[in-house]
Amino acid sequence: MTFKKKNLLSKALIYIVLLVIAGIWTIPTLGLLVSSFRPADDVTSTGWWTVFRDPAQAHLTMDNYRIVLGTAGNNPRLKKTISRGEENIDLGTAVLNSLTVTIPATLIPILIAAFAAYGFAWIRFPGRKFFFIGVVALLVVPLQIALIPILKDYITLHLNGTFLGIWLAHTGFGLPLAVYLLYTYVSALPRDILESAFIDGASHFTIFMRLVLPLSLPAIAAFAIFQFLWVWNDLLVALVFLGANPAVEVLTQRLLGMLGTFGTDWHLLTAGAFISMIIPLTVFFSLQRYFVRGLLAGSVKG
Amino acid sequence: MSGTKKKEQNSVLQQLITDVGRLLVSLFVPLITFVVLWRVFLFLRDSHASHGIIATVAIIWGVGGVLALFFAANFVIERLPNQWRERLTPYVFVGPAIAVLTWYLFLPTLRSFYISLFDASGKHFVGLSNYVFAFTSHAMLESFRNNLFWLIIGSGLSVGFGLLIAVLTDRTDPKFEAFIKGLIFMPMAISMVGASVIWKFIYSYRPAGAEQIGVLNAIVTALGGKPQPWLLLRPWNNLFLIAILIWLQTGFAMVIISAAIKGIPSELPEAGRIDGANETQIFFRITIPYIRGTLVTVSTTIVIFTLKIFDIVQAMTGGNFGTQVIANEQYVQMFRAFNFGRGAAIAIVLLVLVIPVMWYNLRQFSGQTEAFR
Repeated sequence: MTFKKKNLLSKALIYIVLLVIAGIWTIPTLGLLVSSFRPADDVTSTGWWTVFRDPAQAHLTMDNYRIVLGTAGNNPRLKKTISRGEENIDLGTAVLNSLTVTIPATLIPILIAAFAAYGFAWIRFPGRKFFFIGVVALLVVPLQIALIPILKDYITLHLNGTFLGIWLAHTGFGLPLAVYLLYTYVSALPRDILESAFIDGASHFTIFMRLVLPLSLPAIAAFAIFQFLWVWNDLLVALVFLGANPAVEVLTQRLLGMLGTFGTDWHLLTAGAFISMIIPLTVFFSLQRYFVRGLLAGSVKG
Repeated sequence: MSGTKKKEQNSVLQQLITDVGRLLVSLFVPLITFVVLWRVFLFLRDSHASHGIIATVAIIWGVGGVLALFFAANFVIERLPNQWRERLTPYVFVGPAIAVLTWYLFLPTLRSFYISLFDASGKHFVGLSNYVFAFTSHAMLESFRNNLFWLIIGSGLSVGFGLLIAVLTDRTDPKFEAFIKGLIFMPMAISMVGASVIWKFIYSYRPAGAEQIGVLNAIVTALGGKPQPWLLLRPWNNLFLIAILIWLQTGFAMVIISAAIKGIPSELPEAGRIDGANETQIFFRITIPYIRGTLVTVSTTIVIFTLKIFDIVQAMTGGNFGTQVIANEQYVQMFRAFNFGRGAAIAIVLLVLVIPVMWYNLRQFSGQTEAFR
């Protein structure tokens, strides 16, 4: 065998190995997607892969999505067949709750951390180094440590099961990373830009609002995507601080509940899981570059 | 002499009065801010308006409220005398972050330790007996064993697969590389609960003879084997849960390792080839040493992640059938047994386990960014 031929063969082998691995990685999600469009009877009687064997007999339908989103009641055909439990799944509300939790829980820590990052980087004050090291040191604290004490506070303050409570919790748990990331970025901004603004008599507040915040957008975007996905996909914090109030339950909690109640109703579970994945997957496909940057940066979250 | 002193005193007094006056005026703005925010909070808490309206108001109130508080604080500061303004400005910037962190992370560490010394009712001091529970109870010993599985197999294979795919894709056409990487990386965007639904379906089990709807049992029966209830098979069921973690985390390891591999100057492997090294030697002698730092960061990150693993176990088995892990046992103690003392003790154990790894990781990190100067 010549050198070139051998080279070609090993190249082909690499492509094949990679395609096989990528296939294994994709099949689970594919099975979920296909099953979510199949009628209940089909899902429980045959494997989802049979759809590809005989596409004409597939009977794909949106009914599962109508049921889990709580819009089946508007459909006379479905209204007759769905059970009382199915009527109450209502993931539509859970999507709204997830958004209500996630948007402020992403923006509030960014705001607080950006102020703090500027303060640590550009204002001289006694204890600056001490406080900054304290903030970064808190990166090592796993959030599990805070669950019981904060839950006690929330019960006293009636914050348990409120949006405000979970925003603040996510803010607290996300802040060390946010301050750390934004500090490294803000402290590296060119000194002359800020100095000339000082000479012109601008206050710290003005410089922060007009100069530093806009200049830090790349770092803010990276953290924002990381925090958004983290909060959207979080289960533990939601269970602990929202668990007491079913009206504000987020998607992950609902999905966990469905796994308990509808453990074998795969047509509903798959549709529900896919609904919970749509927004993060959209973020993933549209902002992949920032997403990667955010993940790289966020890899040390405690 | 005494006259000038008196004059000085007088002007100081005057200064003080104007200062206090200015302070009172400037306090008016934050007061209004506060009252408005409080009214909206009450509206949010008690209102029965439609869900969409409440959600919108809540988002505006939450984000706008924080912004308004910063503006109000700045308003006060700007009206203070020079000296005070300079002294207080830093704290307008860093104060809120320090306050939130003190409440949510610093104090809880101390308070968790304190709570861990008390019994379930929180009234009777029990010394270290919750820690005796944390290190000797059946559930915790099982959790330690399982977390070790997660740590070694889960982290090891995630990094291993990530490295393999990163190295292989590096030798393919850029478009093909991006396509493969996108597919491997996609699960990173999926929640662990969502992933649990996906994999529970893969593991689903029907008795022998019935048509299998889970991929794994379908493959096993097609090969002539007997279908298995995968999630009930001790201790192997842990591996089936760990597979989910590997599926989720390999993409992360791959992306970071791949970035490091692309940073290797192309002269290095070329020089190796000229000197007669084969591809295996280049991999172990050049690639691995060059990306060692990255491998350590990725590994420690995934190790910390696996130490705190919760969602997958909670959603897949609830910690039953021999699959308990530390973080889920803490949840069980908190919300099933309502034993905050034990829950807090387990949290402290988790902290003690995480600190050395995290410290190591941060030192690696700080070497790159010099934030610890």
